[in-house]
Amino acid sequence: MSLDHPLARRLLRVGALIAITASALVWILPVAFILAASLKPDAAVLAEAGGLKAFWPSPPTLENYGDVFDRVAFGRIFLNSMIVNAGIVLGGLLVNSLAGYALARLRFRGRAVTIALMLALLIVPLEAIAVPLFYEITFLGGRDSYWAQIVPFVANAFSIYLFYSFFLGLPKELEEAARVDGAGPFRTFFQVVAPNARPAFASVAIITFLLSWGLYLWPLMITSTVDVRPLPLGVAEFRTLPPLQWGDVMAFAVMMIAPAVVLFLALQRWFVAGVATAGVKR
Amino acid sequence: MRAALLMTAPAALGLLLFVGLPLILAAGMSLTNLRLGSPLPVEWVGLEQYRRLAGDPGFRRALLNNVYFAAVVVPVQTALALGAALVLNTRFRGRALARTAFFLPVVFPMSMVAVAWELLYAPGPDGPLNAFLHSVTLGAWQARDFLRDPLLAMPSLMALSVWQGMGLQMVVLLAGLQTIPEALYESARLDGAGAWARFRYVTLPQLRNPLVFVVVITGILAFRLFDQVQILTRGGPVNATTTVMYEAVTATFRRQQVGLASAMSVIFFAGVLGLTAFGRRFFHQRPEVA
Repeated sequence: MSLDHPLARRLLRVGALIAITASALVWILPVAFILAASLKPDAAVLAEAGGLKAFWPSPPTLENYGDVFDRVAFGRIFLNSMIVNAGIVLGGLLVNSLAGYALARLRFRGRAVTIALMLALLIVPLEAIAVPLFYEITFLGGRDSYWAQIVPFVANAFSIYLFYSFFLGLPKELEEAARVDGAGPFRTFFQVVAPNARPAFASVAIITFLLSWGLYLWPLMITSTVDVRPLPLGVAEFRTLPPLQWGDVMAFAVMMIAPAVVLFLALQRWFVAGVATAGVKR
Repeated sequence: MRAALLMTAPAALGLLLFVGLPLILAAGMSLTNLRLGSPLPVEWVGLEQYRRLAGDPGFRRALLNNVYFAAVVVPVQTALALGAALVLNTRFRGRALARTAFFLPVVFPMSMVAVAWELLYAPGPDGPLNAFLHSVTLGAWQARDFLRDPLLAMPSLMALSVWQGMGLQMVVLLAGLQTIPEALYESARLDGAGAWARFRYVTLPQLRNPLVFVVVITGILAFRLFDQVQILTRGGPVNATTTVMYEAVTATFRRQQVGLASAMSVIFFAGVLGLTAFGRRFFHQRPEVA
């Protein structure tokens, strides 16, 4: 029987829908489990793991959430992550959009070299340079500071690339009108170009936020005290804090992903657009 | 002219200082016996660190583990992502819900995923995954200690990594599928192409660039493997889950051997370069922008 036989197509269709439903369930069950565990008394987490009750706290309690604040300086750790992320995202938006614009629109000596630099450094993962960067930042006196977690990540080849390709596709008429009015490149950029580049800014913002919200290796290397340590280290450390109470650990986990989930749901479209630029259009 | 330089200077300076310079430093430091806080003078030792690594069973195991991880995760994750994207590219009730389910873990930091899965992997019959497999197999499943079993530890890390990362590849492939013009399918149909032929001769070639991108990115991620290892297994049991990055960090912080760790970084980066070059070869060239 050929694949194009009506019956075969029907079977294929039904099979595909069953497979996608089953996989979606497999994907969502751990999330449901984590959420339910965060709302249960600690003893119930493992005791109820075997049945459907694993996914349903009855009755739900917020006790674990209170415990997190009692047992560690969650507020401080959360604030640390917020400060570091605000620095990386806002600084990155400014620095990388300006560079992307200049590379896309202005003619200057060194433009070709800068584009080559951007493309070459696009593929360097943090892991490849973590050890020498650690040495460099230590030399500059940046151990256990906020700036050591922010400054190295502000300039970002991938963000420059996204802005650069967006600005290449923007019609030039707007800028020419501004130039005729006597506006310099900076005024043109801030008053005319940037307001018309909201999609690019949204894409870079959400991608940068998600990546830096999860940074683990670098803060593990460069920080040592709770004064500056961010959430990804916080959750790993909280897990090893005796006594082990899984309900509390899951409450910590839920609270640390909340901002990322909210921001992602709000900016989902732009995230997909940014990722598509990188993976499809190139 | 001046404005253009001012606009690019902060970004160019940042990239040079915090990406370019460390790359050069890594290469330079890998040729020395540099140690953190050591009173001994730093000396050039040529390729000695690389020779040491070649003879170090721990590092060889780490490289092998990275390759093992990539060899499983890249095809599995790409196939799952492609399958999900193909189905999600058709209309059905609950499509948005399924897409969100697959994508949700992508926004979770890996450290949080690792800690959460440590609970799921809890040993003993009470462990959530053990209990789940016990009821699904109607009692045939014997409780295992996933993270401390030398054979199961690496596949356990693979499973949570696929769970966390698949949604991203799916989004890329879905975006790729949506750029394929409907007209191509129409004319294939007119030529009498069946469902399989349309997939083989229209979808796959049109999806080539996103597929190559996904494979290269997943391959690079496989070589970056660190967070899960550091949080869940510390490279154990008996080196079963150690990785190049884990070895590099241990060498730096437990043994202060920055020179040796730099040599590992250089080898790691060579691997990334190789993967990228591989990707470039298969990337379908389009007219250059700019």
